[in-house]
Amino acid sequence: MNALFSMSRKDVITFVLFAAVVLLMPIWLQPFGAAYPDLMQKFAIFGILAIGFNVLFGLTGYLSFGHAAFLGVGSYTAVWTFKLFSMNPIPALILAVVISGIFALAIGFVSLRRSGIYFSILTLAFAQMSYNLAYSVLTPITNGETGLQLTLDDPRIVDSAFGGVNDGSLPVSNLFGLVDMSGISGFYFCAVFLIIGFFITQRIFASPFGMMLRAIKSNQTRMNYTGFNTRPYTLTAFVISGMFAGLAGGLMAVTDPLAGAERMQWTASGEIVLMTILGGVGTLIGPVVGAWLIKYFENIFSSFNESVLHNLFSFLPDNVESFVVSVTSMFVGEGWHLTLGLIFVLVVTFLPGGMMEGFRRIGSLFNRDGGDKAKPDEPAPAPAPAE
Amino acid sequence: MDAIFLQFLNGLDKGGAYALIALGLTLVFGTLGVVNFAHGALFMLGAFCAVTVRKILTLEMIATDPEKVTAWGTPLEIRTPYVEAWFGDFGSFMVDYSVPFSILLAIPVMLVIGIVMERGLIKHFYRRPHAEQILVTFGLAIVLQEIIKHYFGANPIPQPMPSVVGGAADIGAAMGMDPNVIVYPWWRLIYFAFSVVVIGAVFAFLQFTTFGMVVRAGMADRETVGLIGIDIDKRFTAMFGLAAVVAGMAGVMYTPLLPPDYHLGMDFLVLSFVVVVVGGMGSLPGAVAAGFLLGILQSLASMTEIKAIIPGIDQIIIYLVAVIILLVRPRGLLGRRGVMES
Repeated sequence: MNALFSMSRKDVITFVLFAAVVLLMPIWLQPFGAAYPDLMQKFAIFGILAIGFNVLFGLTGYLSFGHAAFLGVGSYTAVWTFKLFSMNPIPALILAVVISGIFALAIGFVSLRRSGIYFSILTLAFAQMSYNLAYSVLTPITNGETGLQLTLDDPRIVDSAFGGVNDGSLPVSNLFGLVDMSGISGFYFCAVFLIIGFFITQRIFASPFGMMLRAIKSNQTRMNYTGFNTRPYTLTAFVISGMFAGLAGGLMAVTDPLAGAERMQWTASGEIVLMTILGGVGTLIGPVVGAWLIKYFENIFSSFNESVLHNLFSFLPDNVESFVVSVTSMFVGEGWHLTLGLIFVLVVTFLPGGMMEGFRRIGSLFNRDGGDKAKPDEPAPAPAPAE
Repeated sequence: MDAIFLQFLNGLDKGGAYALIALGLTLVFGTLGVVNFAHGALFMLGAFCAVTVRKILTLEMIATDPEKVTAWGTPLEIRTPYVEAWFGDFGSFMVDYSVPFSILLAIPVMLVIGIVMERGLIKHFYRRPHAEQILVTFGLAIVLQEIIKHYFGANPIPQPMPSVVGGAADIGAAMGMDPNVIVYPWWRLIYFAFSVVVIGAVFAFLQFTTFGMVVRAGMADRETVGLIGIDIDKRFTAMFGLAAVVAGMAGVMYTPLLPPDYHLGMDFLVLSFVVVVVGGMGSLPGAVAAGFLLGILQSLASMTEIKAIIPGIDQIIIYLVAVIILLVRPRGLLGRRGVMES
C-alpha cells in the first residue's frame, strides 16, 4: 500500500504542474479567448476520455475503434440516474462508471480473444451494434433519434423524498443542493476528475501492471512463452479505459443532461483515436494535450465564416483577397473536419509520436547531450496552442 | 416462400456492392499489405463521378421565346441541356443514360486517383505498423469526404436510372410462378449482373494474364519475385489502381439505388471491412462470398416475420455474424494461415 503513494520526485512535480495547469485554466486560457466554461468543461471531459483511451492503446497497443460506445453508455446511465433518483452528480457518475465498466468487461472479454486489426474490427462491430440498437430497438431506453432528456414528470425519488421542489422548470444537476453543475463550477467539478484520472494513469504507468502492459505491446508472444497469461492484463486495461470513457460520458451528462446515440457512432470513436495520436500515444500528457488542441481548434475554426475571413485578409488587394478567402474558407467553419483530416494525415506520416515527440525533438535540439535521453514523461512546456 | 425468395433477391445487389468493395480491399491488402480505410472513400468518389457527369450533361442553355410570355409578363424561358441542343436525340439519350456513361469517366479518374494515392501516401506506409496504416488512411478518408462535401454540399443527390430500366421485372412470372408476386426492380438486377461481371473480370485478369500471374506470385512471395528481376512494386501500384477503379465503378452504378452523399463511403467501409474479415483477410474468393452472404443475410433479417421474433436484428445481423465468425473461425470463412496474425 505504501508503494502506491511513494511517487518518484519527477512524478510528483509532473502531477503538481498538471494540476496547476488544469485548475488555472480560466486564467491562462484568457488570452486565447477560450476561457469560457462550456469549452473548458469540454477540455476536461475529453482529456479524461483521451487519457483513458491511452491506457489501452498507449500501453497495450490494442487499437479500439469502438470506444465511443462506452461514452454513450456512460451518458445514458447518468441521465437515467438523474431521471430516476437524484440530480446529484455523484451517484450518476458512480453508476455511469460501473455500468460502462461492466459493458467493457463483456465486450473486452469477447474482443480480446483476437489481436491486431481483428480486435479493431471486433470493437468497431460492437460499437456499431450498440449505436444501431440505440437508434432503433432500444428506443424505450435511449429515446432514439431525439436523445434522452430530462422531463418535468421524472420520478427522481431521492430528490422528492428530501423535499425537492418542483417549480415547473427543468432541474439542473447540483452537488447536494450546494453547487450547480453548470458554468464555471461545472468546469471545476470536471477538472477535479481529470486530475484524479491523471493521477490514476500516472500510477498505472509507474506500476508493475503498467510494465506488464508495455511488455504486451512490445511482444505478446514472448510474454506468453515466459509463462504469463496476458489476457487478464489486457482485459483489465480494457475495462479501466472503458470506465474512463464512461466517466467522461457521465460528466457530459452532468454538465448538460442530454444523451444521444450519435455519441456512440464510430466517427466519435475515430475522434478519440485522433486526439490520442495527435498528442502522443503512450505518453502521460500527450493525449490530454491532443484533446485540448482538437477541441480548441474545433471551437476556433468552426466559428470562422466568410465575413470573418474577409476582415482578416482585408489588407490584401481585392482579387487576391477573394482568392485567398475562397481557398481558406475550405478549411474553416463547416470545413473544419478537412483541416482535422489533413493534420491527422500529416501527424501520422511525419510525427507518429504526436506532439510530445515534436516537443522532445525540439528539446533535444537545444540539449547538446543528445536526443537519445528519451524522456517520455516530460511535461508539456506549454499545452497552449501556439498562435 | 415467395417472400424469402424476394428478400434473397434483394440481398443480391447490396451483396454485390459489398463484394466489390471487399474485393478491392482484399486486393490492396493482399498485394501491398496495407489496411486501407480510405477504400470506402474511393467508392464515394466513384459515385460522385456519376453526379459530376450528370451535372455536366444537364447544363442548360436558356433561350427566351419572344412569342410567349409567362404569367408575370416576362418572356418564356426555354431550358434545354446543351447536349440536347447540339446532338438532338443522341443528346437526350446521353442524359437519360448518364449513369452508365459515367463509368467511362470513372475508370480513368479513379485509376489516376488510385495511383496518385498509392505513390503519394500509401507507399510510405508499407513497413509501418498496421495501426498507423489504419490511422493514416482514416485521415485520408476524412479529407476526401470533406472535399466532396465542400463542392457538392451535405445533402444526398439523387441520380435517376435510365428510363428503359426504371420499372420492375416480374421475375416470378418468368420462372413459372404467379405473376406479380415477385417483382424486382430492373436496376437491382443490372447491378447484380454488373458486379458479377466485374468480379469475374478481375478474377480472369488475375488468373489468365501474365500480369495477373506475376501479381499472384508477388502476393505469395514478394521477395523471390523481386529477385527474378521483376519490378513488383510497379505492378502492385497498378493493382491499387485497379482496386480503386473497381470501387469507383461500384459507386457509379450504385447511385440510382442510393442517392450519394459525402459520408456514403464511411457507411459502406465499416460494413466492407466486416465483410473482408468474415471472408478471411487476404482471400479474394472469401471476400466475394462473404459480401454476397452478408448482403443476403441482411435483407433476410429485415423481413417483418423475423423482426417480430427478434426485434432489431436487421440492424445488427452483419456485426453479429462477424463477431461469431471471428470467435469460432478466427481466420474467417476462407482465410489463409498466418495472415495478419501478429
